[in-house]
Amino acid sequence: MALIEAQGLRVEFPLYHLAARSLKKRLLARAAVRVRTDEANRVVVSALRDLNFRIESGERVALIGRNGAGKTTLLRSLAGIYEPVGGRLRIEGAIGSMIDPAAGMDQDSTGRENVRLRALYRNLSPADQAKLEEEVSEFAGLGEFMDVPIKGYSAGMAIRLAFALATAMQPQILLMDEWFMAGDAAFIGKAEARLAQLVSGADILVIATHDMNIVRRWCTRAIRLDAGRIVADGPPDQVVAEMMAEPS
Amino acid sequence: MLAGPILASETYVFDAASPRRAELARTDLREGLGSWRLAWALARLDLRNRYRGSVIGPFWMTLSTALMIMGLGLLYSRLLGLSLADYLPHLTVSLVVWNVIAAMVTDACIAMTHAEGVIRQLRVPFTVHALRSVLRNGLTAAHSLPLILVIFVIFGHLPGPEALLAVPGLALLLANAFFASILLGMVCARFRDVGPIVANVMQLSFFLTPILWKPELLKDLAVWLPLNPFYAVLETIRGPLVEGGGAPLVWLAAVIYTLVLGAVSLAFFARFRGRLAFWV
Repeated sequence: MALIEAQGLRVEFPLYHLAARSLKKRLLARAAVRVRTDEANRVVVSALRDLNFRIESGERVALIGRNGAGKTTLLRSLAGIYEPVGGRLRIEGAIGSMIDPAAGMDQDSTGRENVRLRALYRNLSPADQAKLEEEVSEFAGLGEFMDVPIKGYSAGMAIRLAFALATAMQPQILLMDEWFMAGDAAFIGKAEARLAQLVSGADILVIATHDMNIVRRWCTRAIRLDAGRIVADGPPDQVVAEMMAEPS
Repeated sequence: MLAGPILASETYVFDAASPRRAELARTDLREGLGSWRLAWALARLDLRNRYRGSVIGPFWMTLSTALMIMGLGLLYSRLLGLSLADYLPHLTVSLVVWNVIAAMVTDACIAMTHAEGVIRQLRVPFTVHALRSVLRNGLTAAHSLPLILVIFVIFGHLPGPEALLAVPGLALLLANAFFASILLGMVCARFRDVGPIVANVMQLSFFLTPILWKPELLKDLAVWLPLNPFYAVLETIRGPLVEGGGAPLVWLAAVIYTLVLGAVSLAFFARFRGRLAFWV
């Protein structure tokens, strides 16, 4: 059984290299809401403020909200990359994060070498590594380009490889940012089928998106973030309708 | 589609009120050292990418060290009034080992910032990045080590079985490099001025450590040399290879420095591990 539970979750970004004091003052004067100084007199941006939610097995959650609302930060906190400064976070289940397609890729290595590298990042056994290699090269359909350094790839080819790598394994909890809708038309059809399979295989899906079609089609619940807070949490139709009704 | 977990640990709990920092740091260390195959693969990639397109690749380091030994050897043996047979074995071992130390310390400063992309996107033990930095420099160093053998053969300086003591010396050097990569890697990610300071300290230490000159030349002041941590670590390798073993005091000093560095670095790591993703 997979579970995500957050209680009073708080994440703050310190702005360390804000050297000029005048710049600091100006920033503080203008945006007193989210940029503030903490106890140690550092400038911090409150990225997530007191989030409380519980996502259980079977739920498909969309994170929606404006740019900078904290969607990706929340995904990264759930993936265990950003450690919260306050509150509790409990995650049960193997996590698969599709946040940045190029994460851990080496531009000077060939596609095949990058697959092997990813297998090492994921701590796979040699047998699973061979399977991953076969699986990825078949799905990405890059042919001879599998043995060309990936800095020679076109943008579409890079996406294909990244997508094939990211979706090759079935996690229990799938964290996804909406980068995946790229590539040529033939690939998109293939990609959607794969995503549908991945999503239905996962116990929990959390996806950050701006695309309301994705929200309506795939999700059973929407959480709307604004300025690092949850402003709405409920059935997708209701949350989306509320957001549309609001003057922006 | 492949089944199976992507991460080894299936439950992730974090409570800011009781962060269990020591436990998280221990897990990181255990999993990081366990992923040595990943660190090794990354280190080899680093080496390959650094010398991409170069004909002799990392052997440039060997070549430049060899030239430096020849030039400095001829000049300084005259300046110090020592015979080449007496001076060159000392200079070779000292210079080769110093190059390893200097490269490892300077590289330690970018151990974490260099892995910024991974740290911010994937949950990989941070110790992997420190290990990668150590292995990368170890690999480069392996290209220069044969120089020692060449000079020893040319000058007929063949050390006895006590030369094997250089192996624990080398182990001490690697342990120090690992701890330094964790500590300096994190400190340099947070305070970007530390990198240049470290570079300066290393430059000065090159002259303050007996590399170009021999410890005996200090006469009665030589007793103070073990206070220099670079000397202590260097001597645990140079001593066995050149002098037939190092002084017990030097070994003691080297072990103490390693333990102190290890304690400081692990304490710092445990305390600030969670902040690293925000620093890089």
